[in-house]
Amino acid sequence: MKLELRGITKRFGSLVANDHIDLVVQPGEIRALLGENGAGKTTLMNVLYGLIQPDEGEILLDDQQVNIHTPADAIRAKVGMVHQHFMLVPVFTVAENVTLGAEPVRGLATPAIGRVRSFRLPSLGLLDRRRARREVRELSERFGLRVDPDAMVEDLPVGVQQRVEIIKALLRDARVLVLDEPTAVLTPGETEDLFRIMRELRAGGRSIIFISHKLKEVQAIADNITVIRRGQVVGERPPSTSSTELASLMVGRSVQLRVSKEAAQPAEVVLDVQHLSVHGERGEQSVRDVSFQVRAGEILGVAGVQGNGQTELCEALMGLRPATGSVHLDGTNLSHASTRDRLRAGIGYVPEDRSEDGLVGDFSVADNLILDVYDQPPYASGISLNLAAIRKSATARVQEYDVRTTSVLTPAGTLSGGNQQKVVVAREMGRDVKALIVSQPTRGLDVGSIEFVHKRVVAQRDAGAAVLIVSSELDEIYALADRIAVMYEGQIVAFVPPTIEEQELGLLMAGGGGAATDAEPPDTEPPDTEPPDDAPAAAQEPEQP
Amino acid sequence: MTALATPVRAPVTISRRYLAAGTFIGLGLIDIFVFGLLAHSGDAVFALSLPGASPHLPSIHVPGALLAYLLGVISIGLGVLRAVVDLPRWGKRLTLAIVLLCFLLSLLAWADAGNVVGPLQVIDLLQGTLTASIPLVLGALAGLMGERAGVINIAIEGQLLTGAFVAAAVASVTGGVWLGLIGGSLAGGLVGALLAIFAIMFLVDQIILGVVLNVVALGLTNYLYDRVMIPYANTFNSGNTFSTIKIPVLSSIPIIGPVFFDANIFLYITYALILVVQIGLFRTRWGLRVRAVGEHPVAADTVGIRVLWTRYRNVILGGMIAGIGGAYLTVGSVGFFTSDISSGFGFIALAAMIFGRWTPLGSVAAALLFGFSYQLQTELSVLRVPVSSFILLMAPYVATIIAVAGLVGRVRPPAADGKPYVRA
Amino acid sequence: MSDQHEAEPAAAPYSATTTEDTGAPASGEPGGRQPLTGRLIIQTFSEGNTVVITILAIFVALLVGAILIVASDPVVLRAWDSFSYAPGTALSATWDSVAAAYSALFEGSIFSPATVAAAFHGGSIAAIFYPLSLTAFEATPLILTGLSVAVAFRAGMFNIGAAGQWIGGALVATWLGYAVNLPIVLHAIVCIIGAFIGGAIIGWIVGEIKARTGAHEVILTIMFNYIMYNLLTFMLSSQSLMQAPHQTNAVAPNIASSAMLPHVGGPPPQVGVGFLIALAAAAATSWLLNRSTIGFQFRTVGASPSAARSAGISVERVWVLAFVIAGGLAGLSATTIVQGQTAPLTFNSYGTYGFDGITVALLGRVRPLGVVLAGLLFGALNAGGTVMEAATGVPADVTNVIEAIIVLLVAAPPLIRMLFRLRRSRGAGAQAVTSKGWSG
Repeated sequence: MKLELRGITKRFGSLVANDHIDLVVQPGEIRALLGENGAGKTTLMNVLYGLIQPDEGEILLDDQQVNIHTPADAIRAKVGMVHQHFMLVPVFTVAENVTLGAEPVRGLATPAIGRVRSFRLPSLGLLDRRRARREVRELSERFGLRVDPDAMVEDLPVGVQQRVEIIKALLRDARVLVLDEPTAVLTPGETEDLFRIMRELRAGGRSIIFISHKLKEVQAIADNITVIRRGQVVGERPPSTSSTELASLMVGRSVQLRVSKEAAQPAEVVLDVQHLSVHGERGEQSVRDVSFQVRAGEILGVAGVQGNGQTELCEALMGLRPATGSVHLDGTNLSHASTRDRLRAGIGYVPEDRSEDGLVGDFSVADNLILDVYDQPPYASGISLNLAAIRKSATARVQEYDVRTTSVLTPAGTLSGGNQQKVVVAREMGRDVKALIVSQPTRGLDVGSIEFVHKRVVAQRDAGAAVLIVSSELDEIYALADRIAVMYEGQIVAFVPPTIEEQELGLLMAGGGGAATDAEPPDTEPPDTEPPDDAPAAAQEPEQP
Repeated sequence: MTALATPVRAPVTISRRYLAAGTFIGLGLIDIFVFGLLAHSGDAVFALSLPGASPHLPSIHVPGALLAYLLGVISIGLGVLRAVVDLPRWGKRLTLAIVLLCFLLSLLAWADAGNVVGPLQVIDLLQGTLTASIPLVLGALAGLMGERAGVINIAIEGQLLTGAFVAAAVASVTGGVWLGLIGGSLAGGLVGALLAIFAIMFLVDQIILGVVLNVVALGLTNYLYDRVMIPYANTFNSGNTFSTIKIPVLSSIPIIGPVFFDANIFLYITYALILVVQIGLFRTRWGLRVRAVGEHPVAADTVGIRVLWTRYRNVILGGMIAGIGGAYLTVGSVGFFTSDISSGFGFIALAAMIFGRWTPLGSVAAALLFGFSYQLQTELSVLRVPVSSFILLMAPYVATIIAVAGLVGRVRPPAADGKPYVRA
Repeated sequence: MSDQHEAEPAAAPYSATTTEDTGAPASGEPGGRQPLTGRLIIQTFSEGNTVVITILAIFVALLVGAILIVASDPVVLRAWDSFSYAPGTALSATWDSVAAAYSALFEGSIFSPATVAAAFHGGSIAAIFYPLSLTAFEATPLILTGLSVAVAFRAGMFNIGAAGQWIGGALVATWLGYAVNLPIVLHAIVCIIGAFIGGAIIGWIVGEIKARTGAHEVILTIMFNYIMYNLLTFMLSSQSLMQAPHQTNAVAPNIASSAMLPHVGGPPPQVGVGFLIALAAAAATSWLLNRSTIGFQFRTVGASPSAARSAGISVERVWVLAFVIAGGLAGLSATTIVQGQTAPLTFNSYGTYGFDGITVALLGRVRPLGVVLAGLLFGALNAGGTVMEAATGVPADVTNVIEAIIVLLVAAPPLIRMLFRLRRSRGAGAQAVTSKGWSG
């Protein structure tokens, strides 16, 4: 089905999210929408799917204008969407989720008797579970999307959940399928799987719109690339276009893909983690026997696809999750210390979810800057807060870290993502820390803020801190890390230098390879500066799924 | 990536088995050493028919202490079984039910052993349990309807009260109890509509809203009661009630008959509603959509389900059910409206709903438990058994606290419960 | 300028299921409904134009009250029957009815011109202040339970159990009042401290259960209320416990006069030291919440438990401490009644103080100063209500309805705005904010 968007415009207050966007996608075409976070891609697709009403513009399907005011209209018009955050009910089964809204029903007679339809009240009707299961299985087989109709969605891994979403769209005979950042949560292997499915769907004459901000993927799968920046289409290119050209279209200026930094000068071991294991909520182990050391003046980057235990690792290091194993900071045993004690001992923590865990949105910037030191002088004497000192320190910090805010008293939640992160960074890096744990620090940030944060991280390293950075963005890892640890299914499968090839790194992240790499030997005496050369430890061959 | 609102705890699945087993054994020991040993000598008499009923069943005479010992042994045996064997879920529930039953029977045996006042009126006890639980069940169903769609209803108490008031007034003014019933239901629906509008359209915090609506209901009904009902009692509060309806054939079944099939229309309405809501929520398309709205309204919206309309509808329907429950308190039982006649039933219904894990059948079980403990307290004081009524009256509340504290498994409400849904 | 890039919501972390809405940014858009911002209840009540909203809410509530008064007044109804040929009578009857009721309300709570006139003719000056004194007396327990609820709210929790905590305090204070012999001032102080501790213990139990099991405090506190109601009756029904000697009703002995709180210029229900306790408690609570490290912890946990945890604050300890303090404040409320009036403790002495505390806290925007003002307002309505009922026969319950409607409207600023076509104030707009539901 041919899709045309003509002049789509959407404003949110004074902000123009979509500015007269024109887009034509032919049947049997995979079109990539490339752009940074905040460029307007999701807004555009939400318009297409009826979740948002455009201020101007029209939608044409097969050259006929259609009115799409609600998702129901979109579904009827055979537009399907797989959202970035899945639209699945966790406590329902796969079949229930897939057929939600289009449930097969039966009358009150038992199936053996046949279709006796009694009591056909509107939107009542007993569920026909058997038929639902059958429908799911049929689609599953036809497109090679392996799912179990009776499995509870919350028990499924993310890659399978995505398949359920796709089947959901196919059940409604979607001829235009929109995939919003589908690869964010997939391993490289699962991404290949997804691409195969997309090609299959394309062969059936469907149009596919693939939203992403990842250059390499877009070049790999798309037939055509539309680049969006600040709500406008800034160019259409074939996939053979160079990465640099695409990147500069995306960003509007030539982008430096590497932060310039001097070579690391690692000194003594500051952070020593041995045999750390974390049990998840249902007894499974999310972190398995992880050991590593970080020295003062070095950055250890933990690379891995999200969901392989990185979050749990950081939380365990900060005492936010129960764990077994040991954690030493500069000789002090923090293995059973509370979060507060770990912070006081000299660990800085930039959590993954800045709006949930890093900041209190309703608190002022000033209050957020003292969130973990509020009871220490000069901010407090005894149990009494010293409001003047808090304000003064905040004003100085805001200046130093270039936080764009009208005053230190404005609620932090009203700042942009980049400025919010700067507040968190100002707080954690603005005090004396021996070690810094930073998780996904630049997620959702604009390029300017990313540069800022990266510079600060490097500055901390140069000032002698041991930095552990966890990121699922390979660019960030490559830019910052002096050493890389690859995490897969809860274990560190390899320690590699930052000169490693991306393909190889991707393979490790997906659980493959694993033989000839620099393994980190366990060192039982923390302050030892001699590089030990015992046998390699935890890097094992993980099981294939 | 989880928001750490609650700390992560190590799994307790293994120790729960021993906890349950230990409880069974503990109860069994109480059966033996408290109820058995301390019983007066003599028989416990269980009267199984109402006096003058036909057919009249003979009462059961059992040596009280002996019965208690026997039941204690059974409980201990089941406790051992529970510890040793990993039972399937139905097995766990069955053994729990049996052990509780043994405990209750031992208690009753002890209470009535050699008791001079008279036999234990089993039928009275069961009948009373059932009728006491009617407003609780209806209130719980009302709460369910809303909460399964994602709207918290703390105003069940206010709905019961308003329903009771309007039912009494309408029945009085029109002389027709059926009109009273309908009026009460509509009144409950009106309160539900207020709840829905303020919660869904104006995004008021739902717990606050519920509390405030209760206060409004209490104030309004008290005001009108003082101002209108008392001075003009003949017109507005004449106290009509429904008469009982004996279902032919079924009501002659021994024991079960008089308990389940000989009451006024409210009991039968309650049966019907339990069935309708249970089947509706879990076996129909309607129910699937309601639950989707309560668990993940965004997902429901994206497949074209009308989230807000579903919520409005469910909350108002729930209010109407609660209104029927309120009507029971007046035209279904005593007839006259008095100040604060709902006296907290709405909150107990809320507890029953939570205890029953947001399912109709579960809520019924919880409501029956609560009703039973209340009836038992009355029965025991009739028999002049020296058990403090305080302990029995407290039992449902303590039980709910134990349930909510997760000591009997996690209670998980619908995921989007209490969170308004707003789409740009 | 970097805001441009944040046109789309900073994508919530790539969690599989969230209930975030899609597409709209956090800042407001003109007209229509607001997307949700925070989860904090306080936001509802502390954003722009609160004074205007409160005044309008009071106005609307009084209007509703007037309708109630008029619609149930037989005189007025009869006058309206003959509306078609004597419209003037109908209207004047309506006006008279409302005016009589409301002026009685006013005179009973604020001041009555008659007493002022009388004073000029040699009457007592003190009588002028009698209504205000009544108001303050009525306000005292409400302010304290209001503070109790407010402190818990600030830490992110609903304290529906102020009544149960009240009873805890009342039991301890009563027992200390009659069972223990102490010199005059010391006795009163000991009872006050005992009441605080009694309420605090109940609060502590609830806080501990919540901290250890994560159970929702709404259900816990409701259940505890019922447990305490029953406990109270139980204690007062047994001669061996706290029942007054030679009594068959559920009544406690009178407490010694050495334990009573002194009153100003006259016997209760005149205002007494209890009112000063309430004001002092409000000041202390304000200091605690806004200027102490403990209050900082409370507010952080109330605003975002996950951020608090990541910053090293022990959320569980805050929950317990907040409930302890809330319970203690409710206990203090009991002390002003138990030691503030001569009637002994009975099985329903707790009245509606617990639930009224909730409405007072909400009206007072969950801030101590606001709670005091709201408490005074409700105290005025309660005091005036009694006089109104005596003078005009309108039941005092109408004041409960008025109070509840005020709170309902205050909790829904969008409604008031709609009714009065107010423009939204700057500053994120007064959001009605959601509760966190049962899952805490």
